Amino acid sequence: MTIQRLMVANRAEIASRVFRTCRRLGIETVAVHSDADAALPYVAEADHAVRLPGTAPSETYLRADLLIEAARRSGADAIHPGYGFLSENADFARQVVAAGLTWVGPQPESIEAMGDKIQAKRLMEQADVPVLANLDAASATAADLPLIVKASAGGGGRGMRIVRRLEDLPREIEIARDEALSAFGDGSVFVETYVERGRHVEVQVWGDAEGRVAVLGERDCSLQRRHQKVVEEAPAPGRLSRATRERMHGAARRAAEAVSYRGAGTVEFLYDEEHARFFFLEMNTRLQVEHPVTEMVFHQDLVELQLRTAQGETSDLRFPDKPDTHAIEVRLYAEDPAADYQPQSGVLTAFDIPAGPDVRVDTGFAAGNEVTTFYDAMLAKVIAHGRTRDEAARKLATTLRRARIHGVTTNRDQLVAILTSRAFLDGEISTAFLVDHPPEPATADRHAAAVAATIALAERARAERVVQQGAPVAWRNVVSQPQRTEFTSGEVVEWYGGRTYAVDGFVVREASPTRVVLEADGVATGYDVAVSGLRVDVDHPHGHVALARVPRFTDPADAVASGSLLAPMPGTVVRVAVEAGQQVAQGEPVLVLEAMKMQHTVSAPTAGTVTEIHVQAGAQVASGAVLAVVEGDTP
Amino acid sequence: MTANREAMLDKIEGLATEHARAVAGGGERSVQRHHDRGKLMPRERIELLVDEGSAFLELSPLAGWGSDFTVGASVVTGIGVIEGVECLITANDPSVKGGASNPWTVKKIFRASQIAEQNGLPTVSLVESGGADLPTQKEIFIPGGKLFRDITRSSAAKLPTIALVFGNSTAGGAYVPGMSDYTVMVKEQAKVFLGGPPLVKMATGEESDDESLGGAEMHARTSGLADYLADDERDAIRIGRRIVARLNWRKATAGPTTYAEPDVDPDDLLDLIPTDLKIPFDPRDVIAHLVDGVSPVDGGGNGAVFDEFKPLYGTSLVTGWARIHGRPVGILANAQGVLFSEDAQKATQFVQLANQTDTPLLFLHNTTGYMVGKDYEQGGIIKHGAMMINAISNSTVPHLTVILGASYGAGNYGMNGRAYEPRFLFTWPSAKSAVMGPAQLAGVLEIVAEQSAASKGEPFDKAGFQGIKDVVEAQVEEQSLPYFLSGMLYDDGVIDPRDTRTILGICLSVIDNRPVVGTDRFGVFRP
Repeated sequence: MTIQRLMVANRAEIASRVFRTCRRLGIETVAVHSDADAALPYVAEADHAVRLPGTAPSETYLRADLLIEAARRSGADAIHPGYGFLSENADFARQVVAAGLTWVGPQPESIEAMGDKIQAKRLMEQADVPVLANLDAASATAADLPLIVKASAGGGGRGMRIVRRLEDLPREIEIARDEALSAFGDGSVFVETYVERGRHVEVQVWGDAEGRVAVLGERDCSLQRRHQKVVEEAPAPGRLSRATRERMHGAARRAAEAVSYRGAGTVEFLYDEEHARFFFLEMNTRLQVEHPVTEMVFHQDLVELQLRTAQGETSDLRFPDKPDTHAIEVRLYAEDPAADYQPQSGVLTAFDIPAGPDVRVDTGFAAGNEVTTFYDAMLAKVIAHGRTRDEAARKLATTLRRARIHGVTTNRDQLVAILTSRAFLDGEISTAFLVDHPPEPATADRHAAAVAATIALAERARAERVVQQGAPVAWRNVVSQPQRTEFTSGEVVEWYGGRTYAVDGFVVREASPTRVVLEADGVATGYDVAVSGLRVDVDHPHGHVALARVPRFTDPADAVASGSLLAPMPGTVVRVAVEAGQQVAQGEPVLVLEAMKMQHTVSAPTAGTVTEIHVQAGAQVASGAVLAVVEGDTP
Repeated sequence: MTANREAMLDKIEGLATEHARAVAGGGERSVQRHHDRGKLMPRERIELLVDEGSAFLELSPLAGWGSDFTVGASVVTGIGVIEGVECLITANDPSVKGGASNPWTVKKIFRASQIAEQNGLPTVSLVESGGADLPTQKEIFIPGGKLFRDITRSSAAKLPTIALVFGNSTAGGAYVPGMSDYTVMVKEQAKVFLGGPPLVKMATGEESDDESLGGAEMHARTSGLADYLADDERDAIRIGRRIVARLNWRKATAGPTTYAEPDVDPDDLLDLIPTDLKIPFDPRDVIAHLVDGVSPVDGGGNGAVFDEFKPLYGTSLVTGWARIHGRPVGILANAQGVLFSEDAQKATQFVQLANQTDTPLLFLHNTTGYMVGKDYEQGGIIKHGAMMINAISNSTVPHLTVILGASYGAGNYGMNGRAYEPRFLFTWPSAKSAVMGPAQLAGVLEIVAEQSAASKGEPFDKAGFQGIKDVVEAQVEEQSLPYFLSGMLYDDGVIDPRDTRTILGICLSVIDNRPVVGTDRFGVFRP
């Protein structure tokens, strides 16, 4: 049964990715979108689009009934689930098949077998795949520490908690249950030994329609933060002997065969480099986020392979054991690494990541799109390909530096710092990499960027003049003081205008509202400046600096009362822990906010009285919104 | 570096030193005391008030130079752009004797008001003044009434007046906010009353305090004199800007959209002006540095830099048409120092032509006066000089004057000197202005003294007179210099020649707040 029209029951990046292959193969495309995603490019890319009213995943991308109805109405004959959402939901797969549609994925039984992590481990043991033993939470002792609590239905780091003190275990299990329930609708969790400096190595497998399983090498996805993958690469670098690699590939093949796997899947292992041993973690019965690195080094289109299997094709495709090139992928997230990776939202006033022959950019966003916190914070995957790992890393770092991303804080600088760090280039990677080698994004150019921003702002003001357009910027016949331009991050630029600009340490070689060339120490450097309200984005050859102007004037009526608790990010109020008039101690939780499926507690900054509460449970709040006011006790 | 440039740079440095004296106000300690109280200095207030990156043309910065009063006369005046509106701004300098007005302060504010009135500008006053400098009250009190008259006349002429009160504004000073269309008072700082507690006690026996007599809160909530109550100085400035933003201001003439920068770098002006004023220079070179370059006709409509009028007649005076920052201007510039009959006749015709086409005029002075001598008197030099003075006196297109070098004798009048009320008059540091050159004046005195002695039959002590001659020459020399004349308010400022184009451009833009309408009525000419 040849697929004519395919619907992707997913959003953004992965929808675009699947559509790309469909277009090449002549398959018509259907997108579904929530209200929040209506303006994203993938919706326009599809031949047809179906709206899923609402924004929350539970109202939209997790609604099997609406999705199947959308497929029916749009005339789709197949559904690709992407990753996340319902991609590993066996019931959904069954409903798709029952509706007479082609399901682009493994058989529901395979999903089910691997979906329950506890059951899956048992199955793997039987298939001679090494596994870590489950621990009983009640009888765990200090000797078992550290431990990890995982959601049985989990993935993507949600519902995963590391426990280093035994007394924390019950509470962490509780939190993991809550997160798992909220994210997957299933609150069951289990406890395992946590391998501190383990590596996360996974094997790409592909089963044809007759259950013949092929292995397409492995990927290393050790570099993680909060169990979210950040950097992924193929092949796995560092100390991984040919023998171990082959054993791992063999184990992955057996794992897939044990569940009669069809299509693209990934068997994840915890690799203990120290002892050259590995343990089965889970099998992802879907296309993996990081699949492009495998595609690049094997020159394959995994989505095409998925579609072939779904169409019932058998194959005698043979893949090389080991690729002769290297590919690295980074995940660009809308998050602030400096603020505990808080998810960020806002409008991408600029979004341009230069792709090239060896650089692939998979993204669901374009300039002008709004980034919301309803879904995953990933903005793009950027993948570079090189003869060697170092070459791939270098290309990737340069691509990231040259990218124009304005309006939303991202982990870009952190990614560049990782990719250029000695430790990374030496292959010293593990799940603890970010703890062992905290990335140090370059900060040296902030002042120069502030100077460039200042000059560009001045030129912009000149361009916007309605009178005296011919007068030089900030011209004075009697000079009394420098002009001052202040930014919220503390940068202050003092400068003089007139016939020429005068700024300490720099010669202004070129000035316009969008580009400034500054010469320092005999070296001229160009800065591209983009202004959006008070926000000023400066891009220079070494990266990007986001600045925000301190407004010249503030209406006192707009000033925030002292003691106000502001929402640190956009999100939903889960719980208000206090009542107006209540006495609170310093650090006492005032309310709990949920964003990106993570709970954040907003606590009292000082001991005092709660004088105002502006929100209630269930309320959606914007970043910076006043949640409550705590008036400090007067000593 | 040319000798001319070196000499001019020296003079420019000297000018910066004189300006720094004005900026220093009441001195470091006094300024520190104000800063410590969280108060801003007048120029700091102005920097906040004007649009970011806009120009501020300070006027009469050297007022009071050479007098017993602080240079700048305890007030800052100038033209700044607020929310895209060109405004006349005045700001008392409280660091100089509490911002008290002396005779020069009053003259400087009169001049500022005149500029606002002639060019049709709203006025924003940043008020903090202890009132009149009492020892000189006799020179201030009677004429000073005009200050308040000007505010309300301005209002009546639909030129809004806004007072931001930062501190003291008492007794007569209370009428500045009192007469203004809009008043903003800074909380816990503004003090506006006719009589303070001691005076009230003396007059009526009533016990009172500053706040109940004239505090900002009281005026905002009780008397209604304050239209807005500001939290602090910055807030007052913010409110002031919002007021201007809502004035619905429309200039009479929309500005040009394109123009070309000069074909030659204005910086090179410094090489042009000889140190010795006896050496003439070609004003066409100066003009080329000041006016718009040739831009494509479809872009700027300026086919040539300078279209000279009557180039072969009256060659001591150059006349012609050009543009500055895209605005048309007719230029009259001295070429050989002396003005002859032909030059005066040519000037008369040119002024009439400018009035016919509503084109503003620019006068560039470098003149030693009208030619003297039998042939010239008999040729009607007085008639022709009078025609020229008649034409510029009655011309109604805006006039701008820049004194580049010499400006002596009736040449000062014919070339639209201060008494002929050009809209703006600026002086280069190289300029000199007097009834005649110091040496000539001393020489004339000697001849007159010699003749007087001869008529009385007394011997003339030529050697003895040399001492008198030297003193007079030195005194005239000093009184001919730009700082001295600027101190007397005989110009609107001494300027760096390299800024001339910018200043003229600003002035022409400011002028456009009122329509430019030439006259067809002049006095009776005696051709």
